[in-house]
Amino acid sequence: MNKLSIPVRKFDAVIVGAGGSGLRAAIQLSEGGLKTAVLSKVFPTRSHTVAAQGGVSASLGNSEEDHWHWHMYDTVKGSDWLGDQDAIEYMCRKAPEVVVELEHFGMPFDRTDEGKIYQRPFGGHMSNFGEKPVRRACAAADRTGHAMLHALYQRNVRANTQFFVEWMALDLIRDDSGQVLGVIALEMETGEVVAFHSKATVFATGGAGRIFYSSTNAFINTGDGLGMAARAGLPLEDMEFWQFHPTGVAGAGVLITEGVRGEGGILRNSTNERFMERYAPNAKDLASRDVVSRAMVTEINEGRGCGPNKDFVLLDITHLDPATIMKRLPGIREISIQFAGIDPIKAPIPVVPTCHYQMGGVPTNYKGQVVNEDGSPVPGFYAAGEVACASVHGANRLGTNSLLDLLVFGKSSGDSVIEDLRSGNIGLKDLPANFAERTLARLDRLNTQTGGANVNETRLELQRTMQKHCGVFRFKDMLAEGVARIVDIEKAVARTEIKDKSQVWNTARVEALELDNLIEVAKATMVSANARKESRGAHVRDDAPDTPANPNGRDDINWHKHTLWYREGSRLSYKPVIMKPLTVDTIALKTRSY
Amino acid sequence: MEDREKLNRLRWRCTRRAMLEMDLLLGEFLERVYPSLTPVQAEAFVDLADMEDLELWPLVNGARASSDPVQAEVLALLRNVRVK
Ligand SMILES: Cc1cc2nc3c(=O)[nH]c(=O)nc-3n(C[C@H](O)[C@H](O)[C@H](O)COP(=O)(O)OP(=O)(O)OC[C@H]3O[C@@H](n4cnc5c(N)ncnc54)[C@H](O)[C@@H]3O)c2cc1C
Repeated sequence: MNKLSIPVRKFDAVIVGAGGSGLRAAIQLSEGGLKTAVLSKVFPTRSHTVAAQGGVSASLGNSEEDHWHWHMYDTVKGSDWLGDQDAIEYMCRKAPEVVVELEHFGMPFDRTDEGKIYQRPFGGHMSNFGEKPVRRACAAADRTGHAMLHALYQRNVRANTQFFVEWMALDLIRDDSGQVLGVIALEMETGEVVAFHSKATVFATGGAGRIFYSSTNAFINTGDGLGMAARAGLPLEDMEFWQFHPTGVAGAGVLITEGVRGEGGILRNSTNERFMERYAPNAKDLASRDVVSRAMVTEINEGRGCGPNKDFVLLDITHLDPATIMKRLPGIREISIQFAGIDPIKAPIPVVPTCHYQMGGVPTNYKGQVVNEDGSPVPGFYAAGEVACASVHGANRLGTNSLLDLLVFGKSSGDSVIEDLRSGNIGLKDLPANFAERTLARLDRLNTQTGGANVNETRLELQRTMQKHCGVFRFKDMLAEGVARIVDIEKAVARTEIKDKSQVWNTARVEALELDNLIEVAKATMVSANARKESRGAHVRDDAPDTPANPNGRDDINWHKHTLWYREGSRLSYKPVIMKPLTVDTIALKTRSY
Repeated sequence: MEDREKLNRLRWRCTRRAMLEMDLLLGEFLERVYPSLTPVQAEAFVDLADMEDLELWPLVNGARASSDPVQAEVLALLRNVRVK
């Protein structure tokens, strides 16, 4: 097949993804006068950003004194010093501006009596370089993400952004010089495959939390942007770092908020013991997320898990007054009944540490440009949001910094596109011959495969393998074995078979194509985790324990660096962490303790 | 549109939603309950699936009631779904 076999549409800019980051980038581009297309697997306001309830951080100082430099310090520390300090300074300095802008776009933030944006406390937000908690989170009740998407979407409608809804981008188009020239995408309603030829391409495809069996992420988070970038020869950065939330409903993954333990909920093992008393004698069940998660996994690994497979622990609120539960935790009761089949007034809820957020991604700088290993921009390619690694979250993200990341880097990537066009760094180049060949071959393979692997079963095996071998607490032998298992699963993914071969609304095909992306993310994660021989942030290894020489198992001498994973040969490379901020002094390496 | 196409489109809208809770519930409902709905109920379900999650969730968990009798029937069935 050749390029003549697929239709081509031309745009100044193509954005893949209509969540918070994609919509924020689109505003910059459309209002900047560019002909802009936004592709999305779902209607924009059904993107996963809706799930964010907690809020977005900015040192507005509306309730008490605050400063972007303090926010920066918290973020560097939260990242366990793996975040790039230029990007972190940029994000924290820009935060007040982008939040106020969002307010002007119509975001209905909660307000103080004087009419300012109301700010609430949140874990890890401190004043005066870690001294005491500060109110920095801005929210719109418990629907911050939803309200944010609506405000951004309306603004885009006004700016004439062109939306392509229920379209799935399949692959990047790159020429021999490495320049990105757009994407190839599939329209679900017709089954048509089309090239979006553009001067600039922005990835805003969100996370890939569905690589784990137990995940708080919606089904849509299949890491398509990561898969596309990896297939195009670009590296994925720091993919071993995934944030886990201690209390997801076992099996379903649905999040049970920390508030349940705040109200007196207790974690118990199979002997009914309140095991957190052993791990954190003071904070007990309210210790920090990673401490609780690790304790839970240790209990399960040592055979004190509950249920027929001894693979979860229990969150017990049966000792609370039913009236309190009904009043303070009504939503949790509903969730527990619907997703665990248990009324928490009568019986404890089965919970496990659950994958929540991806810190790594496509390497970018703070301008939202995708960068090569040497830091030079990949011409025509930009990324923002959870798919990107700027890197502001480093080894561990601070709550509410993700929504901020969407706004800041969505905006900066849009500004960079405009700047790169103006300065002549990028422009519309011809599509290379046979640019669609690989993608069409992939689709063809799927259409003609016989005697192949079942998509659902293969995905499930991938997810179980990631959960077991590369979960919240990691073991040397399990990781090594996990690498071998994932290589086997990759072989099955290459031979997936679908029974439905029709063109129109073929969801089986789309799911098989999503699995092609999940496997790239799974390999990147497993291989990167196996190689990193220290514990840092969310990557915790049993064989890298807390010692005086290496507090918390962190080994700065050998491992204070970013991982880069390349698909070809599953090769690893490393690059230094950027320790020099833009204007202030470096925040020097220190042990991370709270 | 053929039945297969309609069903697949509905499947996509039930299982690629903003919130995991809704993916699980609507996906389960589609497999287990939807095939036995009356045509009128099925139509009401398609409309519900087209709602955004934060509109639909309060209807499902009972925080809000529906004034439409057919919709209320379907919501009652949806509320009874248990995801394992
Ligand atoms: C339960 C939960 C609660 C959270 N709470 C908070 C919080 O309170 N504060 C905070 O800061 N963060 C929070 N987070 C994290 C935060 O919500 C996400 O990191 C963020 O919303 C991701 O936004 P995004 O724009 O990168 O991607 P998303 O909002 O996930 O959007 C991705 C977009 O890409 C599109 N897409 C993907 N692949 C393709 C493809 N192949 N073709 C076409 N389109 C594609 C999708 O259709 C979608 O439009 C939470 C996360 C979860 C799971």
